[in-house]
Amino acid sequence: MATQTQSQFAASLKRYYTFYTGGFIAFVVLVGILEMLGVPNKILGYLFLFATIMLYAGIGFMSKTADVGEYYVAGRRVPAFFNGMATGADWMSAASFIGMAGTLYLSGYDGLAFVLGWTGGYCLVALLLAPYLRKFGQFTIPDFLGARFGGHLPRFIGVIAAIVCSFTYVIAQIYGVGLITSRFTGLEFQVGVFVGLAGILVCSFLGGMKAVTWTQVAQYIILIVAYMIPVVWLSMKNTGNPIPQIAAYSTALPGVTALEKQFNDKNDPKGAKEESVRAIFRERAAAATAKLAGLEKDGAAFLATEKQKLTDKLAAQKAEATPDAKAIEATEKAIKDFPADAAAAKKAWTAEKGVGARAAPVRPHAEAFAASGKTPEEVEKNRNIAKKNFLALIACLMIGTAALPHILMRYYTTPSVHEARVSVFWSLFFIFLLYFTAPALAILAKYEVYSNLVGSSFASLPAWVSNWAAVDKTLMNIADINKDGIVQLAEIVIGGDLIVLATPEIAGLPYVISGLVAAGGLAAALSTADGLLLTIANAMSHDLYYKMIDPNASTVRRLAVSKGLLLVVALCAAYVTSLKPGDILFLVGAAFSLAASGFFPALVCGVFWKRANYLGAVLGMSLGLGVCAYYMYITYPFFGVNAPKWWDINPISAGTFGIPAGFLGVIIGSLISPAPSKEIQELVDHVRYPSLEGDIDTKGA
Amino acid sequence: MQLTEKHKEYWSVNLRMTSILLAIWFVATFVMGWYARELNEIVILGPLGFYMSAQGSLIIYVLIIWFYQRYMNNLDKQYGVHEGELD
Repeated sequence: MATQTQSQFAASLKRYYTFYTGGFIAFVVLVGILEMLGVPNKILGYLFLFATIMLYAGIGFMSKTADVGEYYVAGRRVPAFFNGMATGADWMSAASFIGMAGTLYLSGYDGLAFVLGWTGGYCLVALLLAPYLRKFGQFTIPDFLGARFGGHLPRFIGVIAAIVCSFTYVIAQIYGVGLITSRFTGLEFQVGVFVGLAGILVCSFLGGMKAVTWTQVAQYIILIVAYMIPVVWLSMKNTGNPIPQIAAYSTALPGVTALEKQFNDKNDPKGAKEESVRAIFRERAAAATAKLAGLEKDGAAFLATEKQKLTDKLAAQKAEATPDAKAIEATEKAIKDFPADAAAAKKAWTAEKGVGARAAPVRPHAEAFAASGKTPEEVEKNRNIAKKNFLALIACLMIGTAALPHILMRYYTTPSVHEARVSVFWSLFFIFLLYFTAPALAILAKYEVYSNLVGSSFASLPAWVSNWAAVDKTLMNIADINKDGIVQLAEIVIGGDLIVLATPEIAGLPYVISGLVAAGGLAAALSTADGLLLTIANAMSHDLYYKMIDPNASTVRRLAVSKGLLLVVALCAAYVTSLKPGDILFLVGAAFSLAASGFFPALVCGVFWKRANYLGAVLGMSLGLGVCAYYMYITYPFFGVNAPKWWDINPISAGTFGIPAGFLGVIIGSLISPAPSKEIQELVDHVRYPSLEGDIDTKGA
Repeated sequence: MQLTEKHKEYWSVNLRMTSILLAIWFVATFVMGWYARELNEIVILGPLGFYMSAQGSLIIYVLIIWFYQRYMNNLDKQYGVHEGELD
């Protein structure tokens, strides 16, 4: 390998991965044949799970290395095209792969904040950071902070920020791994987490960044194939057009919009049926509200009267000349389920009151910032809040993208500044392939549900509906509320993750494709978790141990410490995940806001403002992180403070305040202390020009 | 290491191009987002506001980065600050 030139290396990579893709397709076909021979689905699920993990382990093993440069930055010889694929896999998490299309299905236009935020951020990476960091060319992001601002403190805050945001993010990934493993193999969630963990470690343990890079390329190929096949098939089946990104807008969206109008029009036959279901939900909600008011007033006495009413009703029903067996059964069940005490009653009735939400009219998919309210002024006010939060979330996600260390680190691995720029292009291109498909999938799935599922009879539901309703009620909940035997839209509750998971079945594809989708989701979660864990372990081993504690450590020792830490961090993360903490989407959002507030101002000012100095960086990073964390703490319900929001901004977008605070800190801190030394100013010039005569060398060893 | 006038010019050209591209990025993201409801009144490829956020702006992002890498590569050569051939 050492004698290979870069172009020969790139050519052989292309050959390897072409063979690899061919081999993978052959494997899928083979599993398809096994399915036709009658091998049960559960075995097929295991086959996919273990075959892909073994594959990653194989690549990880072949990439084992004892060289520091290879361990930390893959030897800086990853061609732009492959670094783009690796970044794509590094970037796209379980949330993107499984959750995104579902979020778009459920929230329509407003969900597009994620699509925009997670792609547009690459413009900032390309224009403001990647080429300059590549020219600087050491191993980690805290390395840059340490060299540019001098002293240990900026590096140390960088390490803290990298660990905090990567750890928050990695928990969300391992959670995804556990979910997919348990769903497709029937293992316990906690067991699934540790099986997944093994999958993560085999990729990174022996070969660090080098191994992670080459497995991520392999994982990207699997995840993109797994995402595209079912969507193309569904598009072909429902619209006759094999390109979902066109079919969704030309055929499906107009269809969806027309049906939405019918569902919301009480004079239309479809709308009238919807209305009859909604009326039932309104009544149930009103009854629950009345009961809650009674409970509030009379407490336990009210509970007793209510129960008595039911007993009387049962007696009356039994005494009828022709007793209605079904009605009696229903009342008996109501008595059996009657809440035992006031607390249980309050909980049950509050939940029942919540069904009122299902009485709301269908929200038009393409409508931006749909809002409700009692008066036109209130609607307008709520709409402005929605719009503000939409834009704030986009800003935080974009700037967070340009500040997450596990992504920025990838641009250290290209052979040159020019390749770094090209590789940001390939990164976004490969990410774009999935992200512009997700909105199309959401529309196509909606078209299927609105035009085929709604109006079908409960006696003959499509197979995918009854299958998923049997597997998981949170994903598919369907019940004949108004007892007319026909499915109405208001009678269906869909969980977001269903969309991607069920697409193969909706499109009428065999189970092997469902297994492929699971393998794709697993690849997405594993690859992101790998990148994050490596970032955390490197920040601790390289920045904390080697640069700050023992600068004389030998290469062998440095790598040993790095691998040891990787193991410890991975186990900690898996342990925290197995406790199932909170809301995944919030964890992800929090990671972005924290990264954006902590890193972005200092990194950008470090390149574009020579005057930025030590005090500025310290003040900026700590103020940014501090304000962001403080706002999350006071507004996110989990922490129990529930202070009023600032300008109605949701806690997920805490970076809206953290980022300006960070910039303010850098500017003030820099201006009240002396300009940086000549050496540091020369370092800034060094990173600004791809090549200079008499240039200094900052490459790490 | 002393920067020449030519070097300074390279940097200012770079800054100018970076600002122009950032301005396009800003319009494609925030201005489009702010006027999404108004844009939805126009129907090309579906409601325009929806289409832009779901697909149009994403295409603009890809083009911005593609253009930047091409432009900068030429600029590097023009000002003699490009890297040597790797092989």
